[in-house]
Formats: sequence, C-alpha cells, structure tokens
Amino acid sequence: MRREAHLGDRIFYLLLNGVALSVLMLLGAIAWQLIHLSLPAIHKFGFGFFSSTNWDPVQEVFGAGPVIFGTLVSSGLALLIAAPISVGVALFLNELAPRRLAEAVGFLVEMLAAIPSVVYGLWGIFVLAPFLRITVEPWLSGHFGWLPLFRGAPYGVGMLAAALILAMMITPTIAAICKEVFRAVPQSQREAARALGATKWETMRLAVLESSHSGILGAVILGLARALGETMAVTMVIGNRAEIAASLFAPGQTMASVIANEYAEASGDLHLSALAFVGLALFAVSFAINSVARILVWRLNRNRGRDF
Amino acid sequence: MNPIQMKKSKYSRLASLRSSVCVSAMALTLSQVATLGMNGNVAAAAVQTINGAGATFPYPLYSKWFSEYRKVDPSLEINYQSIGSGGGVRQLLEKTIDFGASDAPMTAEQMAKTQLPILHIPTVLGAVAITYHLPGFKGDLRLSSEVLAELFLGKITKWNDPKLKALNPSLAASLPDTFVMVAHRSDGSGTSAIFTDYLSKVSPEWKSKVGAGTALKWPVGLGGKGNEGVTGLIKQTPGGLGYVELVYAETNHLPVARLKNRSGVFVAPSPHSVSAAAAAEAANMPKDFRVSITDAQGKDSYPISAFTYLLVYQRMKATQAPQFRKFLDWALTDGQKLAQPLSYAPLPAELVKKVKEEVAKIQAVQAVPAGK
Amino acid sequence: MVGLLIGCAILALFPLFSVFLYVCQQGLPGLHVNFFTSLPKPVGEVGGGMANAVLGSLILITLASLIGIPVGIATGVYLSEYGKTKLSMILRFCTELLAGVPSIIIGIFAYSLFVIPMGRFSSYAGGAALAVIMIPTVARTTEELLKLVPVHIREAGLALGISRWKVTLIIVLRGSLSGIMTGVMLGLARVTGETAPLLFTALGSQYWPRSLDQPIASLPVQIYTYAISPFEEWHQQAWTGALVLVLFVFILNLTTRMILKRHAPAKD
Repeated sequence: MRREAHLGDRIFYLLLNGVALSVLMLLGAIAWQLIHLSLPAIHKFGFGFFSSTNWDPVQEVFGAGPVIFGTLVSSGLALLIAAPISVGVALFLNELAPRRLAEAVGFLVEMLAAIPSVVYGLWGIFVLAPFLRITVEPWLSGHFGWLPLFRGAPYGVGMLAAALILAMMITPTIAAICKEVFRAVPQSQREAARALGATKWETMRLAVLESSHSGILGAVILGLARALGETMAVTMVIGNRAEIAASLFAPGQTMASVIANEYAEASGDLHLSALAFVGLALFAVSFAINSVARILVWRLNRNRGRDF
Repeated sequence: MNPIQMKKSKYSRLASLRSSVCVSAMALTLSQVATLGMNGNVAAAAVQTINGAGATFPYPLYSKWFSEYRKVDPSLEINYQSIGSGGGVRQLLEKTIDFGASDAPMTAEQMAKTQLPILHIPTVLGAVAITYHLPGFKGDLRLSSEVLAELFLGKITKWNDPKLKALNPSLAASLPDTFVMVAHRSDGSGTSAIFTDYLSKVSPEWKSKVGAGTALKWPVGLGGKGNEGVTGLIKQTPGGLGYVELVYAETNHLPVARLKNRSGVFVAPSPHSVSAAAAAEAANMPKDFRVSITDAQGKDSYPISAFTYLLVYQRMKATQAPQFRKFLDWALTDGQKLAQPLSYAPLPAELVKKVKEEVAKIQAVQAVPAGK
Repeated sequence: MVGLLIGCAILALFPLFSVFLYVCQQGLPGLHVNFFTSLPKPVGEVGGGMANAVLGSLILITLASLIGIPVGIATGVYLSEYGKTKLSMILRFCTELLAGVPSIIIGIFAYSLFVIPMGRFSSYAGGAALAVIMIPTVARTTEELLKLVPVHIREAGLALGISRWKVTLIIVLRGSLSGIMTGVMLGLARVTGETAPLLFTALGSQYWPRSLDQPIASLPVQIYTYAISPFEEWHQQAWTGALVLVLFVFILNLTTRMILKRHAPAKD
C-alpha cells in the first residue's frame, strides 16, 4: 500500500476503505445471521436434512429433499432450454446481424432482463399457465404420455411452467455474457478461418465457439445462479407443494419459493429454523456457483489479455 | 474539461433533462421521507395506527370493518394484512404486530411460548366451503366426509369416480371424465386448520397420514397462498376442487358442495347452517372461547364451521388500548350487521355479551412488557 | 444454420413481446388518474387505486438510495482508484457475490436484523433490504465507468500539485458524473421491481404512508397480492400496476443507455 502524503488523502483513503470494508462485512453478517438462525435445525437434523424427503410441519420433521429437487429440476430444465437459445442469440447478434438490427435486438433483449420478476409471474399466471393447461400439456400427455414426465393432471401451473418462466428470465443474462465473450474473440481468428475456406457457419464454430468454451460455461453458470435464487415468478407459477414427482406437470417447490411462502408464517420454531437452513444452503450454493462462474470468466479474459 | 463533457449532443441534453426530472422527483420524495421521519410522532398523535396481520378467512369482512370504522373514528387507522393465520400467530408472538388474527385457536404449545396472557376475541363465524370448477356441471355437488377425505388423499382422482356418482345419482351423467385438480393452502392457514381438524375427526386414515394443523404435508394438489390464492387457482383451473371461506366462493361465483353432516343430511354452507352448528355446540364453549365446532351435532349444522378470532395481548400500549377496545365493541355490535351480507354468521347474542366482557379485560399499559 | 440463429433470436424475443403486449393490453384500461390518487378499496367494492403503493415504492426506493448510493459509489471509487491491492481484489469478488445473493435471503436478513428488534414491520426495514441489493450494482457500474476516465487526466491533476483526494473527487468523479448517474439509475431500476425482500420487511398497508416506522405498501408487493387473488377488479389493478412498474423501469434503463452512449465514445 502506498504511503499517503497529505492528511486529506489519508482521511479520504480511510473513509473509502471503511465503507468498502463495510460491504465486505455485510456479506459476512448475512452469512452469520443465517447460520445463527439455522442452528436449531442444524442440531436437530444435521446433514440428513439435505437427503430427507419429508417436509411435514405437523410432525415437525423437515427435510430439504423436495425443495432441492424442485430447485434443481426447474433450474436445470430452464438451462436446457435457455442455454442453446442464448448462445444462438449471442452468435446472431455478434456474427450475423447487421449492426443496426443487432443493436435493436440487443436492446430488446436487455429490456427483457429489466422486466421485474413479479411481472413475469403475473404473466405466468394469466397467460402461460392457461396456455400450458389447455394446449401444451394435453398435447404432451397425448403424444408422450408413455413417459412418466408427461403424466398426470394438467394443472397448468407446476414444474413445467416454472422452468419455462425461468428460461425466459435467464436467457438475457446468458446471452449478454456470451455476446461479450464472443466479442472478445480476436478478429484475426475469424479471418484466418475464412482464409482457409471455411463457410460462415464453420467460421463461427471453429473460430468463435471453439475458443469460447469456458466463457460460455461461465455464462451458463451465471444464468444458473440467477435461476436458483429467483423467487417471485417461480412462487407464482410452480404450484407450491414440497414433493418429489416424476411428472413435469406436477406442482413443486423451490428453495426460494418455500421461504417466500412460509417464512413469515411458520408458527413452529423448528419450522422457522428449517426455513433459515434452506436459506443458508441456498446462500452457500449461490456463493459457490457465482465464485466458479466469476473465476471462469476472469480467467478467460486474462488469458486473452483483455480487461473488462 | 474532458472529452466526455465536450461531446454534448442533443441526446445528452435530453438525457440531462431526464435526469434532472428524475432528480427533482427524488428530491420531492426525499422531502416527503424527511417529513415522515420527523413528523412520525406528531402524525401518530393525530392518527393512531394499529397494525394487525393474520387470517385470510375473515379478510373480506375485516377490510370492510376497518374501512367502515374510519367513518366512526377517523383518528384510528387499523392496517390489516392477510398473510395467513400461521403468520398471525407467529408475528404476534414475535411482537412485530399489535394484534393477530387466526381461525384456529392458538395451541397450548403456542400459548406457552410467552408468559404474557393472550386473549382470543371471537369476531364472527364462517364456513369452510368445498368449492369446485366444473364447466358444464349444473346442480349441487354432494359430498360425504369419506369421499371428501379420499379426494384430498388423492385416492379419488377423476370426477366421474363411481363413489362421486353414487353420491350424486341424478347428476351422475354430467360428471366429466377429467382429473380432480385439488387446491390447498401453501401458507400457514387457519382455514387449513379448520378443514383438517374436520377431516381428522371424520377420517382415521387422514388423521394418521396427514393430521391437523395450519401448515401440512399435503398428499396431492396445488398450493395457493391465502384463501385468495386457492380461490384464484380453482377459478383458473377447470376440474379444480378446494376449500375456501364461503365468501371467496360466493364473490367469485364458484359453486359450493353440500356436505353430509353427522345427522346424514346434505347441508350447504350458509350463515344459517353455520349458526346452527354454533348453537348445537354452544354448551361446549370454554371460558377462553378456544373451541372447535367442526362436525357439529344437529341436522341443520354445516360440518366445517368455525369461529375466527382476533388475538391480542391482554396488556396493550396505552396509546392503543382505549381506541382498540372501542373498535372491538363496535365490531361486536354494529360490525356484526355487516357479517351476513358477506356470508359470515354473526356471533350468537349471548356469546357477544361474554366476548364484550373479555374485551373489557384489555389493559392499557405504558409499554408492552418485553421478552417472550 | 443461419435460419436457426434467427429462430433463436425470435424465440428469445417472443416472450418480451408477449409480456409487453399483455401488460399494455390488460393494464391500459385501468390507467387513469384514479390509479395514482386513490387508496385501495375493501374487497368487493369497485374503484380505488394504488396511490399508496406508488408513493410507498418511491419512499422505499428513496430510503434505499440514501444508504445504497453513497456506499455503492464509495465502494466503486475505492475499487477503481485503489483497486490494485489484494484486499480490493477480495472486495471486488465479494461485491460480485453480494450481487448474486438471492433477494429473498436479504429479506430474511433484514427481517431478523430490523423487524424483530424494532418490533414492527417498517419502511426502514424494507429500505435497508433494498439498499443491500442496490450497493453492488452501483459499486460495479461506478468502478467500470471511473476506469474509463483516462489515467493522464489524473496524472495531470496530480502533476499540478493537487492532492489525490481532490483529484479523485473533483476531476475524476465530476468528470464521470453522468457515468455515476448511470450506476445510480441501474441501481434504482434493479430495486424498483424487487418483491421478495419486501414481503416480510415492509409488509403492506392499505393506507397512506404516515411514518417511516410503520408498515408500508409497495407497488411490487401489491401487484403480487392482487395477482394471486381471485377478484377481477384486483387482477385489473395488478396489470395496471405492472404497466406502471414496467414503464418506470424501462424509462430508467433507456435513460441509462442514452447517458452511456454519449459517455463512452471510445468503446467499440
């Protein structure tokens, strides 16, 4: 650290340093608070909490299995849908589209990211769910009913609706990062591929996609992080029942939605603590995932010698 | 200065106009915030705010009451948030609200969490109606307690199940071959507590598999938040079946099922059949009013009826207690007249007297004792 | 192949159009003065508006800004001007992580930190929760934009013998004032639509805000409550509320883009 000559400088530095450190402490305080709140549940259930599939407030037995399942399935499915589309959009915007069109589409995609979650939820309840119930789910069970995935009552709201909403919400996130990643690919690489006689598609595949693997992975992981923590839109369309069902039509519950539904109203102390434990787990997971994604994206940028 | 500032264009002027509009809007709000922050106490002296939260079951009536009562006493604002009975009890125990509301009386275990005495003030009676959404089905659906339990246990999955047909012989043909889309509460709910209290009384299987309580592990169905959420789900879902307070079904033009009561009569939920249940069980009323009147005796009784309560600490803040007592007296007299139009049953006259005595017990203290 | 990519773009944009179309179509009929001037009516009565929720949202955002903007900017300045130390590397990382913490968890945090000790749901608790969400957004944007200020400007200032803190405050910060506005506005846009952290901090109210230590209504929570309700009038209001919310966020974002456009002429 440099030695500050002026008193003013030193005060200024200390002030900024203090504020900045308080941000650090904030993160610590959140973690500490969550651990503190979950202690009773940690003592009672231990790590078995995560494998137990029983969430029963009447018996005061709590296991996070169903909500972890709900989170993984809804987010996983959302990624399966959103990742290819996002990469496609990013390629389209960066490699194909004329500048003006790219700007316009890019702008719209950014707006998509700005729509608040509760508005997606509203749309999900009144537009997406009826559409799924009346059109999509009966068709799926009619044609693919032999798969357990598409069996059971077509409620409309449920795991499928949650996954679709999530897919919509994370597409702009993934697409925006992918675009940055693709843009960072040196133009010379594309020119080299073209010079070797590659078609437009081959250029994209060989020159752009090949060298962006870890960047795309980072983008997808950041999308996953967003999906895992998403609360309102999911709560509004997932059906809110903690169970592990094979069917995508069945209602579910995610880690975030169970907290939104029950945290203010759990009357048992253990119930409350179990919810905080779910929160702690969610915090830890998003912490880990964000770290991995950041490190991936950073490493990529450093390797390419670009700082942004 | 720097190139950025030199490069002012039409856009930038527009943008700075926008931002200045933005800034002035913020300044306005800021001044508002400052006023609120400083005048908080002054304003509070003029208008007293009392915060409550809890049951969604009586919410349509309560919101009417609190808005009507402002005409009686303009200096009292009662803010009520319908977050569910579980929330009402929890937040009362956490002391984050001034009063709670619940349809399920607090359990002994919950009462034991605080040394401070808590009063249960019954306000009205209501019915948990079994409501459904069957396009093309005309007439009254009839249900027995066994069939109801099986529907919610997920043992009956189709609307044209033989058991449903047997209960509704004349309408059997119009019961469709579609799934029963069960809807239930996802939050801690007094309506759930009443409903499952009933199912536990009538179905041993329900009692052993699920039990009774505000928050449950449901065998089937979709979860909705609040009576509002469940009604919304049923309305949105053809084939839907769920339990909600009667007024939610009525204001949404959803049909309600007739339930077979203990005397074997199929009774529809109504203020009348709820009052009948209360009258039939009147002898069992304990001194603190914590009573269950589900599965009541009597041939006119609707079997899933219940009292709904306001929960207050006996010792209330001196700034709030006198006005709140006055409000409760109003609710127990004039307020009762608003019950019937919203399909709630008013309290029986002899009970009102006892409840007023309970209200009189509310004491004004300088500060609510701290600690649990 | 090209068709496939165009298909992707259309597929990604389709929901935007659908959401926007529905929000306009369902929301516009309810958009009149009443919406901004009246309080909500009790269940079953027609009319009423979301005036208290609109005002409540503005108050919550202002409270959040009071903490979130200064802390965010200071953090951003620190990261940009003193950003080469190990501590600041960790800090930068933590800011990213804080941005990634699910907002519902911030709700739990604010509930146990403010609501329980204060014994009341309040604007303060809601504002604090929103501030935590705002800080990383403001900090990151500020840092990014301060980095765009050329080093030679700083050096010129220092060479003139001006002390470093003055250089930072007067030259660097003032020079990128519009950039900082961008960060602020992105922060505002980020918290305007936040619902989850308000559920158990600000709670809700059917009255005008009276005091900051009381529960307060907010637009997103009101939309949520109305959306899951069974009442037609409330659905209508929820859509109108959504329209107002979306327009507000869009305007913030548009303004941000405009500022950015003129602010970063060198970029691309």
